[in-house]
Amino acid sequence: MKFSEQLEARYSEMLTHYPVKRSLLVPFLLYIQDEFGYVTDDSIEEIAKRLEISPLEVRNVISYYSMLRTKPSGKYNVQVCTNICCQLRGGEEMLGHVREKLGVKVNKEVTSDGIFSVEEVECIGACSWAPAMQVNYDFHENLTPEKIDQILDEYRQKAVQE
Amino acid sequence: MADVTQNATENVTLTVNGRTISAPKGTLLIEACKQHGIEIPAFCYYPGLSLQGACRMCLVEIEKMPKMQTACTTPIAEGMVVQTESEKVVQARKATLELLLANHPLDCPVCDAGGECELQDMTYKYGAGESKFIDIKSHRDEQQWSPIVFYDRPRCILCYRCVRVCGEGMDVWALGIQNRGQGSVIAPNKGDSLDCEECGMCIDICPVGALTSASYRYKTRPWEMTHVGTVCTHCGDGCVTTVGVRRSETGSEIVRCDNRDRSGINVDFLCIKGRYAYDFAANPERITTPLIKRDGKFVSATWSEAIELVAAKFRETLAASGPQSIGVIGSNRTTNEENYLLQKFARTVLGTNNIDHHRTADFPSFARAIAANKAQTASMSEVATAPAILLIGSDPTEQHPLLAWQIRTAVRRRSSRLYVVNANEIKLTRQASHIAKIAIGTEADFVSYLSGNTAAAANLGTAPEVLEKLRDALSAESGLIIVFGPELRGEAIDALVSYGSRIGAKFICLADYSNSRGAADMGLYPDLLPGYHAIAGSSRSALAWASKVPATPGFDLTRMLDGAASGAVQALWVVGSNPAARYPENTAFSRPFLVVQDMFLTETAQHADVFLPAAFAYEKAGTMTNTCGDLQRLKKASDVHGVKSDFEIIIRIAEKIGADVNELVPFRGHTFADAGQSRGAQSGEADRNAVFTEARGLASRTSPLDPLITLDEISKLVPGYAVSRLDLAAGNMQRTELVQIEPAGIPSHPEMVEPAGNALFTSGTLGRYSTTLNSVVEKHRNAIEPIEAD
Amino acid sequence: MANLVSHPDEVKVVSRRFGQGATNLDRYLELDGYKAVRKALEMGPDAIINEMKASNLRGRGGAGFPTGMKWSFVPKQSAKPKYVLCNGDESEPGTCKDRLIFEHDPHSVIEGAMIAAIAVGAHAAYIYIRGEYRYLLEIMQKAIADAYARGFCGKNIFGSGYDLEVYWHGGAGAYEVGEESALMESLEGKRGIPRIRPPFPAVVGLWGGPTVINNAETLASVPHIILMGGKQYAEIGVERNGGTRLFSLSGHVERPGVYELPLGFNLRKVIYEVGGGIANGHKLKAVVPGGSSVPCLKPEEIDVALDFDSMMKAGTMLGSGGIVVIDDHTCIVKFALRTIQFYRHESCGWCIPCREGTDWLSKSLRRFHAGAGVAQDIDNIRYLAENMLGRTFCPLGDAAAMPIIGFIKKFREEFEAHLDGRPCPFGQHAASALPVLSH
Ligand SMILES: Cc1cc2nc3c(=O)[nH]c(=O)nc-3n(C[C@H](O)[C@H](O)[C@H](O)COP(=O)(O)O)c2cc1C
Ligand code: SF4
Ligand code: SF4
Ligand code: SF4
Ligand code: FES
Ligand code: FES
Repeated sequence: MKFSEQLEARYSEMLTHYPVKRSLLVPFLLYIQDEFGYVTDDSIEEIAKRLEISPLEVRNVISYYSMLRTKPSGKYNVQVCTNICCQLRGGEEMLGHVREKLGVKVNKEVTSDGIFSVEEVECIGACSWAPAMQVNYDFHENLTPEKIDQILDEYRQKAVQE
Repeated sequence: MADVTQNATENVTLTVNGRTISAPKGTLLIEACKQHGIEIPAFCYYPGLSLQGACRMCLVEIEKMPKMQTACTTPIAEGMVVQTESEKVVQARKATLELLLANHPLDCPVCDAGGECELQDMTYKYGAGESKFIDIKSHRDEQQWSPIVFYDRPRCILCYRCVRVCGEGMDVWALGIQNRGQGSVIAPNKGDSLDCEECGMCIDICPVGALTSASYRYKTRPWEMTHVGTVCTHCGDGCVTTVGVRRSETGSEIVRCDNRDRSGINVDFLCIKGRYAYDFAANPERITTPLIKRDGKFVSATWSEAIELVAAKFRETLAASGPQSIGVIGSNRTTNEENYLLQKFARTVLGTNNIDHHRTADFPSFARAIAANKAQTASMSEVATAPAILLIGSDPTEQHPLLAWQIRTAVRRRSSRLYVVNANEIKLTRQASHIAKIAIGTEADFVSYLSGNTAAAANLGTAPEVLEKLRDALSAESGLIIVFGPELRGEAIDALVSYGSRIGAKFICLADYSNSRGAADMGLYPDLLPGYHAIAGSSRSALAWASKVPATPGFDLTRMLDGAASGAVQALWVVGSNPAARYPENTAFSRPFLVVQDMFLTETAQHADVFLPAAFAYEKAGTMTNTCGDLQRLKKASDVHGVKSDFEIIIRIAEKIGADVNELVPFRGHTFADAGQSRGAQSGEADRNAVFTEARGLASRTSPLDPLITLDEISKLVPGYAVSRLDLAAGNMQRTELVQIEPAGIPSHPEMVEPAGNALFTSGTLGRYSTTLNSVVEKHRNAIEPIEAD
Repeated sequence: MANLVSHPDEVKVVSRRFGQGATNLDRYLELDGYKAVRKALEMGPDAIINEMKASNLRGRGGAGFPTGMKWSFVPKQSAKPKYVLCNGDESEPGTCKDRLIFEHDPHSVIEGAMIAAIAVGAHAAYIYIRGEYRYLLEIMQKAIADAYARGFCGKNIFGSGYDLEVYWHGGAGAYEVGEESALMESLEGKRGIPRIRPPFPAVVGLWGGPTVINNAETLASVPHIILMGGKQYAEIGVERNGGTRLFSLSGHVERPGVYELPLGFNLRKVIYEVGGGIANGHKLKAVVPGGSSVPCLKPEEIDVALDFDSMMKAGTMLGSGGIVVIDDHTCIVKFALRTIQFYRHESCGWCIPCREGTDWLSKSLRRFHAGAGVAQDIDNIRYLAENMLGRTFCPLGDAAAMPIIGFIKKFREEFEAHLDGRPCPFGQHAASALPVLSH
C-alpha cells in the first residue's frame, strides 16, 4: 500500500499538528478518499497501522461521516441540497432534474459510464444562494435546470478530455 | 471508569424521594440510591464500565436543575434533593420505552432473552404497553459473527454494554459502533465476522436478546430450565458458572452456562470455557455403560460386573504381589472429597503410597515456602483490588482467563501497577507499568536477582536499567501480590516467597486444572499426605487414619509407569486422567491390569481392562480449591443415566474389596444429613441413595455417598481447611491456608511438574470433546491468513 | 463562490473587509490586520477578558453564551495544555455566514483565535472547518502558512516571548460535530459523539486540557472589539447583546443574502426592507428565525428585535442567525417533514430519545404528508416531540423537537387539512430520498 508523495507530505505535516496521532484521522481520511476515489480497504489497514488503532476503529469513524465512502462514486459526485432553504427554492426539482438528466434513480447511484454519481445531501452552507449543489468540492448556486445542464455538460466534457 | 469511591472517607448526605441518605463522596447518584434500596432503571449504565448517559432511562429530577439529569453520570452532592419517581420522571421513562419499542421487533415469544430481558421488565414496570407507533419498523437480518456470537440489530437497543465489556473489560476491542442515527449498528472487527476471544461476555451483558450464542439460541426458555450455580471444570481459576439444565431422555441435559447471578468470585466474568465448553457432556462419544475388555474388545457390562471384576483383581494382585504392585493415578478435575477419598482408600485399604497425579505446579515447594515464611497466599478476589501485582511467567490471558480479568480490573479501576516478568510477549504487557522480558528459562535467575544476587542479572538478557527500575519500584510497593507460573519451582519458590514476605507481599502459585490445587492439598502424592504432611515426617499423626499408612513413600507417576512397563506394577487405576496422551510411546498402559474412570475412551482408556463411565464436575456435588486456595461448592446440576460419580465408584470398589466403608466415610452417626444438595435437582439420585443404604442395612440419616461427610473430615484433619460449612452452603467462597502446614521435610520434585499447555480455546483431553471449542479452534486456524506476497 | 450583497442598514464590523482582497496578508495588514493581537499581548489576559466582558459579545454559534465569561472559566493554572478551538463546522440549515468570513477574511479568524489563546493562556489554537468547505480550508491553510511565514504564529510571536501555534483541521460531513463536545471528539479523530458534561470544555476539553470553543464569527469579532474597545462594540447592539451579527437571509425573499446588522434589529424590517420583501408577490406565511432548530414565527409575531433575549421572550431563539422566510404557497407539513428528515439524518444515534424520536417523527410525518395520516397522528407527533425535549444527551434532540412542536402548535389546521386521505393542499409531494443512511 503506497500513498502518493503529496499524500505522504500531507500526512507528515498533519502529524505535527497534534499531541495525539490519531487526531489527524478525519481530515486525512478525506484526503485518502480524494486520492483513491474512496477509502479503500488497503488504506484503512494502512492508516490504522500508522495511527496504532484497529481497522475497526477506523471503520467506526468512516461510517459516521457522511462524506466518507468505502465504495467508489462517480468521477464527479453531484451533491444536491434539498434541505429547507433549497427546498423552498426548488431544491427537490433540481435533484429530480439532475437525476433525470443523468438517468439515475436511487440515492448515490453512479451513472453507467462512471462519470457521475448523484447524491441528495443536507445543507451545504449555501442557503442564501439556494438552490445549490456541490460537484465534488465545487459549489454551484442559484441553480436553474438550464444552469444545471450547462454545468453537467462542462463536467462531462472535462471527463471525456482526460 | 475509575473507582472514585475507593479512598473516600467523607460522606455526603442528600435527600431522595423525601428520605435522607448518605454515601461516600464521589458516589454516582444511581449507586447511592441502589445502596439504599432505591432502584433507578438503567440500560446503558453498568457498574465498572465507562459512563455513557445514552439510554436516558435513569433521568431524575434534581432540585435547582432546570432539566432532568441522568443519575448514572451525576455524582452525589451535599444537600442534593432528588425525585426518582415523580410524575415527570415516570413519564420520561415511559416515553423512552415507547420510543425504543417503536422499532423493536417484539418477537419476545421466540427471543432467547424472553423472560430475562431488561426491556421486558421495564416495559412491564412503566407500562408502555399500547403502541402509538403505526409505521413500518426498520428491519435488518440477523448475522452470525463467529462460531459463538449472533447479532440481531432490530432487537438491539444500543446500550453499548457489549462494546465496553469487550474493550474495557476484555481488552479485546472487537466490537464497534458504526453508522450513525437510526442507522447505528454494533459491528464486529472483521467486517462481517469476529476475531476475538469468544468469551461471550458481550452476549451475557446484553440486556435484551440482540446478542445470542450459537449454543443456546432458540433452544429453550429460561423458565423451562433449572439453574444451578457450580464451579467451572476447566482452568484453575474457579469461576462460578450457573448451569441451566432441562430434563432430557438421558437424564437432564445442560442447555447453557452463564453467570447471571454474578455471585461467584468471578462476579461478571466467564471465559469461553466456563460459558460454552459444557457440551462435551453430551458428546456422542461419551461412554455411559461400564466396559470390560474381552479378547481385546470392549463389551458392555453392568456396574456390578465391572466393580466386582475390579475388586477381585485388586484383591488378587494384593495377595500375590503386595501393595507395592498397585498404582493409583488421580485427577486434577475431581473434587476434593474424591481426591481425599481416593488417596485414603489407596493408603488405608490398598495399603500403598503409589499414588500421584499430573502435577502442573510445584505446590509442595509452595506450601513449604509459605509455611516457613509465615507468608500469606492471596485470593482471586484480592487481585482485582491489589495496588500492585508482580507476574512472573505464565500467560494468564490464555491459561488463566479470570486471573487476567482480575489483573485488568485492578489496573483499569484502581490504577494498580502491574509488573510483568516473562520470556514471551504476553498480552497483559498492555496493562503493565514495568516489563522485563527475560531469556527463556531464566525465571529462577530473576528471582535470584530480586533477592539481591545482582550477578544473576547476567543470565536474563534484559537491560540492567530495566531490571533496576523494576526492582526499585517493587521494593517501594505495599500490598503487592506476587503471581507466578509453573516456570518457578523448587528452591526458586522458596527464594521468591522469602523475598516477597519481607516486603509484605501475598502469593499465588498458578496451576492449570480446575482442581489441581485440591489434588495437591488432598495429598495425591506418593510422599505427601493431605495437608502436605510428609509420609516420613512426624506431623502425619495429626491424621486420624495415618497409622494405617505405609511408612515409606510410594512410586511417583513416572516410576509407576516404569513399574507398569517392567511388570513391577501389576494393576493400575487411573481416575479422570489421561497419562497416555502425554507419554504416547510408553508401553506401561498395555501391560498391567488397567482400570480407567473417565467420560471418554481416551488414549489411556483404550488400553483399559475395565472402563468405568464417570460423571463430571457438573454432575456431582463436592468442593474444589482453585489455584489461589479459594474453596468453593460444586452443586450437582445435570445428570446422565448410566454414569456414576468417582466418589461413588470408589466407595463401591472399597465395599466389594471388603473394606469398612464407614471407616472411609464415617457416615454412621454423622450429624449432617444430606439435605439433597448432593443429589441435585434429580429425584433419581435420592432413590439410588436409598436403595444402596437399604439394601445393605445401613439405613441412616446420612449416606456414605454423601461427599459432604468427607468434607467434614477434611475440614477437621487437613491443615488450613477448617472452613465454615454454613458459609459454603450459602454459596460463599472459603479461604484455605497453607500457613498451618509443617514445612520441615516437605520433599520437592520440581522435575515432576509438567504444565498442561492449555490455551484459551483448549482444555486438556476434555476440551477435545467440546464441539464449541473445536469449532472456535478451527475458525482461528482458518483465520490465519497467508502471508501477503510483496 | 457566494455573492455578496449590501444594504444601507448594515453596520459592517465583521464584514468590513469582505470583497477587499483581505485573504492576501499584506492587504489584511493594510486593513488593520494583526494590530489587535499585538495590542492584546500588551494588555495581558485579565484586561482582554474584561474588554470582552464589556463588549457584551455573545457566542454566534447559536447558544449566545457571553464570550468573556466563557473565557474567564478557563483555569489559570492547568497541568495539561490549554487550547482554543474555532468552530467552523457551520451546518445549521439556513446558516451560511461563517463561510463568507473564511472566504473573505480568514486572517480575522486566526487573529481572533490568537487573542482568545492569549487571554486564557493557551499555546495552540485549532481552526476546524467543515469538510464540504474544502475551498475554504485551502484558503485557511494558505492564510495560516502566510502568517507563519511572517512569524505571526509559532514561537515568540511578535517578539513577545509568547509561543502560539495555529493549526487548521477539516471535518468530513456531520452536523452533530458542530456541537462543541462532539467537535472535540472529531478533532481527536473519533466519531462525533458528544461528551458527558460536566466537566465542561473550559475545564476538561481537547486531550483533557482546558479548552475554549468559539464560533468562527465570534472569534472574527474579537480583533475588532480589541481595537475599538468593548464598550464601543457593546453600544452598537442592545442591552446584554453587544455588537453586530451576520444574518443569513434565505427562502422566499427578494434579496436573500448575508447581512451584518446590529443586534436588536427588527425582524420585520429584515424581511421587508433589507430582504426586499416576499418574492413573487406572495405573502409571508412563517419565518424560521434562527436556523432550522428554532420554533417558527407567524406573520403577526415578527415585530421582534433580533437579540437573544427578545427572541426568547417571543418563544423562539436567535440561534445561528439564519432567517428562513416561508411564503404562503408553501406546505408547512412538507417543510416540517424536511426539517425532521435533516435531524434524523444527522442524529449521532447515541441516545434513545433522539435516535428513535427523529426516526419515528420522520416516518410519521412522511406518511402523514403522503396522505395516509390519521387524526391521532397530530397529537402523537406532538407527544413524541415533547417527550424528546430536554431528555436527550445533547441539544440536537431539542433542536429537532422544538421546530416540530412549533409547527403543530401554530399550523395545526394545515396538518388537519392533510387528513382523511386528502392530498397535500399545495400539491407538493415530498420527493426527498433522504433519510436513508446507506453506508
Ligand atoms: C447540534 C448542534 C450543532 C451545532 N453546530 C454548530 C456549528 O456548526 N457551528 C458553531 O459555531 N456552533 C454550533 N453549535 C454550538 C456549539 O455547540 C457551541 O455552542 C458554539 O460553537 C460555541 O461558540 P460560541 O459561544 O462562540 O457561539 C452547535 C450546537 C449543537 C447542539
Ligand atoms: S465474545 Fe468476548 S471477545 Fe468476542 S466480541 Fe464478545 S466480548 Fe468481545
Ligand atoms: S447488542 Fe445488546 S449489549 Fe450491545 S448495544 Fe445492543 S442491546 Fe446493548
Ligand atoms: S477462567 Fe477458568 S475457571 Fe473461569 S470460566 Fe474460564 S476456564 Fe473456567
Ligand atoms: S439548505 Fe441548502 S444549502 Fe442550506
Ligand atoms: S443509565 Fe443513565 S443514561 Fe443510560
